[in-house]
Amino acid sequence: MAAVQDGQLNLEVEKDIKTEITNDGSGNINANSSSPGSTSSGGKSKSPAGSGEDQQTLLAVLQFLKRNKLTESVDILRREAGLSADADDSPVSESAGAGSGGVPSVGADGGDANSLLSRVSIATPVAPPATAPPKVVAASGGEDQPDVNVVLSAYSQQGDPVLYPLYYNGLKKFIESVLDCHRAELSQVFYPLFVHMYLELVYNNHENEAKQFFEKFSGDQECYYEEDLRILSSMSKKEHMKGNETMLDFRTSKFVLRISRDSYQVSCLGKPEMSRSLWQLTITYRMLSYQLLKRHLQERQNNQIWNIIQEHLYIDIFDGMPRSKSQIDAMSGSLAGEGKRDANKAKVFYGLLKEPEIEVPLDDEDEEAENEEGKPKKKKPKKDSMGSKSKKQDPNAPQQTRIPLPELKDSDKLDKIMNMKEATKKIRLGPDNLPSICFYSFLNAYQGLTAVDFTDDSSLIAGGFADSTVRVWSVTPKKLRRVKSAADLSNIDKESDDVLERIMDEKTASESKILYGHSGPVYGISFSPDRNYLLSSSEDGTVRLWSLQTFTCLVGYKGHNYPVWDTQFSPYGYYFISGGHDRVARLWATDHYQPLRMFAGHLADITCTLFHPNSNYVATGSADRTIRLWDVLTGNCVRILTGHKGPIHSLAFSPNGKFMASGATDGRVLLWDVGHGLMVGELKGHTDTIYALKFSRDGEILASGSMDNTVKLWDTLKAFDDVELDDFTAATGHIHLPENSQELLLGTYMTKSTPVIHLHFTRRNLLLAAGAYNP
Amino acid sequence: MAEERRPKQCTVVLPTESMKAMAESIGVGQLQEESCAALSEEVSYRIKEIAQDALKFMHHGKRRKLTTSDIDHALKLKNVEPLYGFQSQEFIPFRFASGGGRELHFYEEKEVDLSDIINTPLPRVPLDVSLKAHWLSIEGVQPAIPENPPPAPKEQQKAESTEPLKVVKPGQEEEGSIQKGQGAISAEAKGKKEGLMRMKPRSTHELSVEQQLYYKEITEACVGSCEAKRAEALQSIATDPGLYQMLPRFSTFISEGVRVNVVQNNLALLIYLMRMVKALMDNPTLYLEKYLHELIPAVVTCIVSKQLCLRPDVDNHWALRDFAARLMAQSCKTFSTTTNNIQSRITKTFTKSWLDEKTQWTTRYGCIAGLSELGPDVIKTLILPRLTVEGARIKAVSEGPVVSNIDKIGADHVQSLLLKHCASVIAKTRPLPDNMEQYRADYGYLGPTLCSHVVKARAQAALQAQQVNRTTLTITQPRPTLTVSQSGIGGSGGSRSPSIIKVPSSLTLMSTRPGTPTQPSPPATKYIVMATSAGASSTQQVLDGSLVITLSSSSGSSVTSTVASATSTLQPLVKLESRAASGLGGSRPLQKYIVVSLPTSASSSLESKSGMLPPSSSSTSPISLEAGMKMDHTGCVPNGTLLPI
Repeated sequence: MAAVQDGQLNLEVEKDIKTEITNDGSGNINANSSSPGSTSSGGKSKSPAGSGEDQQTLLAVLQFLKRNKLTESVDILRREAGLSADADDSPVSESAGAGSGGVPSVGADGGDANSLLSRVSIATPVAPPATAPPKVVAASGGEDQPDVNVVLSAYSQQGDPVLYPLYYNGLKKFIESVLDCHRAELSQVFYPLFVHMYLELVYNNHENEAKQFFEKFSGDQECYYEEDLRILSSMSKKEHMKGNETMLDFRTSKFVLRISRDSYQVSCLGKPEMSRSLWQLTITYRMLSYQLLKRHLQERQNNQIWNIIQEHLYIDIFDGMPRSKSQIDAMSGSLAGEGKRDANKAKVFYGLLKEPEIEVPLDDEDEEAENEEGKPKKKKPKKDSMGSKSKKQDPNAPQQTRIPLPELKDSDKLDKIMNMKEATKKIRLGPDNLPSICFYSFLNAYQGLTAVDFTDDSSLIAGGFADSTVRVWSVTPKKLRRVKSAADLSNIDKESDDVLERIMDEKTASESKILYGHSGPVYGISFSPDRNYLLSSSEDGTVRLWSLQTFTCLVGYKGHNYPVWDTQFSPYGYYFISGGHDRVARLWATDHYQPLRMFAGHLADITCTLFHPNSNYVATGSADRTIRLWDVLTGNCVRILTGHKGPIHSLAFSPNGKFMASGATDGRVLLWDVGHGLMVGELKGHTDTIYALKFSRDGEILASGSMDNTVKLWDTLKAFDDVELDDFTAATGHIHLPENSQELLLGTYMTKSTPVIHLHFTRRNLLLAAGAYNP
Repeated sequence: MAEERRPKQCTVVLPTESMKAMAESIGVGQLQEESCAALSEEVSYRIKEIAQDALKFMHHGKRRKLTTSDIDHALKLKNVEPLYGFQSQEFIPFRFASGGGRELHFYEEKEVDLSDIINTPLPRVPLDVSLKAHWLSIEGVQPAIPENPPPAPKEQQKAESTEPLKVVKPGQEEEGSIQKGQGAISAEAKGKKEGLMRMKPRSTHELSVEQQLYYKEITEACVGSCEAKRAEALQSIATDPGLYQMLPRFSTFISEGVRVNVVQNNLALLIYLMRMVKALMDNPTLYLEKYLHELIPAVVTCIVSKQLCLRPDVDNHWALRDFAARLMAQSCKTFSTTTNNIQSRITKTFTKSWLDEKTQWTTRYGCIAGLSELGPDVIKTLILPRLTVEGARIKAVSEGPVVSNIDKIGADHVQSLLLKHCASVIAKTRPLPDNMEQYRADYGYLGPTLCSHVVKARAQAALQAQQVNRTTLTITQPRPTLTVSQSGIGGSGGSRSPSIIKVPSSLTLMSTRPGTPTQPSPPATKYIVMATSAGASSTQQVLDGSLVITLSSSSGSSVTSTVASATSTLQPLVKLESRAASGLGGSRPLQKYIVVSLPTSASSSLESKSGMLPPSSSSTSPISLEAGMKMDHTGCVPNGTLLPI
């Protein structure tokens, strides 16, 4: 029944194709003109046989799915096969597509590969089992790197290299001919398709064809892919593909596209009149009929494009209006397409932790202080009630004990109290009340300054240098002193009140200390919140923990085998995160020499790392032009944020934990709503890499520092206000970004040939900036 | 083999010859062409890969320059042993060799004697890293301190003066407030245009105490007696990025200084002032457009003034004229636009006074020098046709009845100047052969000498062409550095060979008494006049045989130019302040002159000796220069004029 139906359908379709091809051929290339006749005749004669064959294929697919334990897909497939008589525009397909887009596509992939295997007998016996695993796990993001050879072998399909440009052109023509509203969405396919076709050509040793193909179509690609294209262009031999990271990224991960259901159906509807390009990316059973059709057509071209789409693309379908070009451009640009929408569906507890343990001693301390000042003690109950009210549990906050946090020490409490006191003297910032900026220039650094950090109370500043040293300066009159040696310490009266003072060796007092230990440039540096430790990460693959009491190295954390680009302490101390060239971010605890969590999923170097203010999440920015947010508790990736067009070099969370800012080599700052996983703003103005971002203590102002020797201040309150979030945008994540960078820019401050590489707001909202003067 | 993927992305592949050479260097003799091609492609690919990795290290090193260590780290990343000890003193350490039909670049590795290295003294330890804090911004306003960049970059200054309506960033401090008239008008226009823009209230810019001190030090050093200090001061003017705010003061200082010292025939001071102009023009952070109305008249005065020194027969005022002419040419090149038309106005001015029969030899020399510095085209169209006439004039002086010695020297100088400039142009344009008679027919009296000069110039050009293998005749154009050769006790002043003028060299001050630079005859009488006037009508005074030119600026406002001179009994430096009520057109501004003494004599006096000459022409429209230029041939203007208070 199904077969008959299919056959009829195919005949209809074929007619359309015939006309279509001749139309195309006239305008296109006459090499094509011979094919339609032969195809159509062949198709007609084969159609009954084809339907039978289809049945076989179906069985083969089912077998394959069973073998791979994809029971769900098997069920769906079975159901679909049974209903296939009227499965053409089935509501099932829609629901399946909307609900669990991933799974059926997997089934389809497998089916495709298998059918190819049985029919065309391509010489890749390894292909189906080898390609399947990455596909299946692609969504989870944390798969093992498959063996290179196996991965590459997926390319070994024999298509006529001469036809590739034709296929591509045909597709291009089709997409150019569709309605405007769909064109932007569909044109997203160009880039991944281009890349994969090129790689296929290269892999199959069609060097010259690959070259021509690249020349012909590389100009069409979006400008923000230029860097990848450059890498691609240098790759012209099969041997080059082995070990090339970018290539591996393209192979192992699926390029994610988001296409609205509308556009999607256009492409489906496009089938009758435009079936050459075969845009019927039906995800459910419809595919099988499509396969049948394909086989009848015997048109290699379709196989090629189709295979690529099947194997290397993940098409994320959503309901609603197609997006505009600008909306797409805002989100695209990353190495592997946009983040899947389901990837950003997990709930993120972005609220801040309340700090009950501190409150009581804090109030006590406050009272004590007040008593000293001779104030009445009456206020205490009032204060308590005030405090508890304001500290009401944030509904968005994670549970207090979601991850174990270190106990507060007395010194920490004292520090908190200091913090509170300072905070009362904080200046309220706003567009009319801009912060003062104090700039710390590193002189005579000879281009060697690679990282800077300030302590939270702004008393110390540390610099990492290309000559492997770490230097710590005191920016207060209080000099840096070492603790006395063990022998001397034993002589100290431990009962005395000023024991903390006594253990310090006065002779070692100096304004700066140098820490030696690394054997490569120090790229990341971070103070612990209690100012007792300093972390540094280096090109030598280690992260080192230094004591700021003895100014010695305490631990060298080994785990990264490659340069570690960044490291960052948790705001509560104890934990820290590091990320580097090996594309894995590691979460460590200071007292474990092995990492507690490994966050894998980025497709290129992790360039910057940052803890969420509540310490439950970790954000990593990468050279694959995405930002990922990881759950410290589960180790899952809970957000994939795409939109940057260059490697991300700086991240900042707003103090309330709700928003995030990121800066990249493209000179743009993007603002994100962490809770919704949405891009909410774009700040244009810098002309070079942004190395430093920081929110003011109350979050009203974002400061950004860049290689272009400027510090810029942005009005973030307005930026977040301007974005209206209705349900639709919240659901789809397709937002219209207001073009208001100029209005949001509050000030630009040029430095004298000093790139700004770190920014820090003091507790009183004074902005500190740092960089090395490069005369 | 060559894989041109993307023309704009420049995909280059190493030549196969390199592969062969490399193979030979490690002892592989016969490498097949195919293997070479395969190898070169592979090697090129790997090199690109490494370069891309090295870029990562550059980015993380927060640098813009790729260093060799980045490459080393990238190699390490690929588990390749890094290159050890690759360092070179030279920028491009490669040598070139050819032979056996092949061309080859190689890295010259000399044998190094270890004892040499051991015995060489250690280099100085580089300065240690240090930390310095400064205010980048105070509550949103960037303070003008040396640690911060100058408030207005050159591009902005340029944009401001050329397109005043377009610029001004919101939130940035309004820069133009110190300037006079023109600036105020344009600023108002800006204010109107940007109506709703958030702008800081305009404040009259007063120089900070430090800036005042700096200004005082610099100006004193520039016109003072210590040459070392002057060099330092000029260096500072030429390089300091923060002078923007002082620019109006400097330009007034220069223009008034020239005015006074021309009257006083104080050659040395004129030279110093011209060097200041040069330094200002050399400063890469300054854009002088807005101040040309003061600077150009001063410079032109130094070119064409009838008398620049007390003893024209002895002092080398010719060098000053040459120097100023070069400055003029330079500013024409830099600032001439279709709207201000500086070059054509200047050209007209020079031509007009040159054509005048009564023009003195000194002015004539200046005009010719000014014209010829403007380039070969100007020489060709304006000077060459007049060679015959000029030759006749020179002949009249040199062969005719003995007139004054001064005239004779002047004629000599004009002759050598003409020969120098015309010869090179003729050598380029006139076809061979160089026939003496033909030249005489074409150029009159100067023909034969010109002919020999041309022959010389051709020979030199040919020689250079041989040496350099390309025509670099333009190099002979002397750089605008001033050669001052002075003689305190009437030394070589009289017969100055043109070669001294010609030689482009760094500054050489030939002084018979080292330590204190010699002043032309009378003991130093320095008159520095400072005028701050909001300029209403332009007034010119021509005093004491000097030539003063006022270039009215195009915005309708103009600047009062005054010439004042005091009696020679009044030794101290004269500070002259003129404050004018802002008005337009004919209303004469009230002016006040304060004469202040700078040296130790400390007698501050206020003197007004004679009335001001009536304004000769109040040029209110942006008309051409010659309207505002007046030359005095009589030279009988009362000495010591000061303007009424």
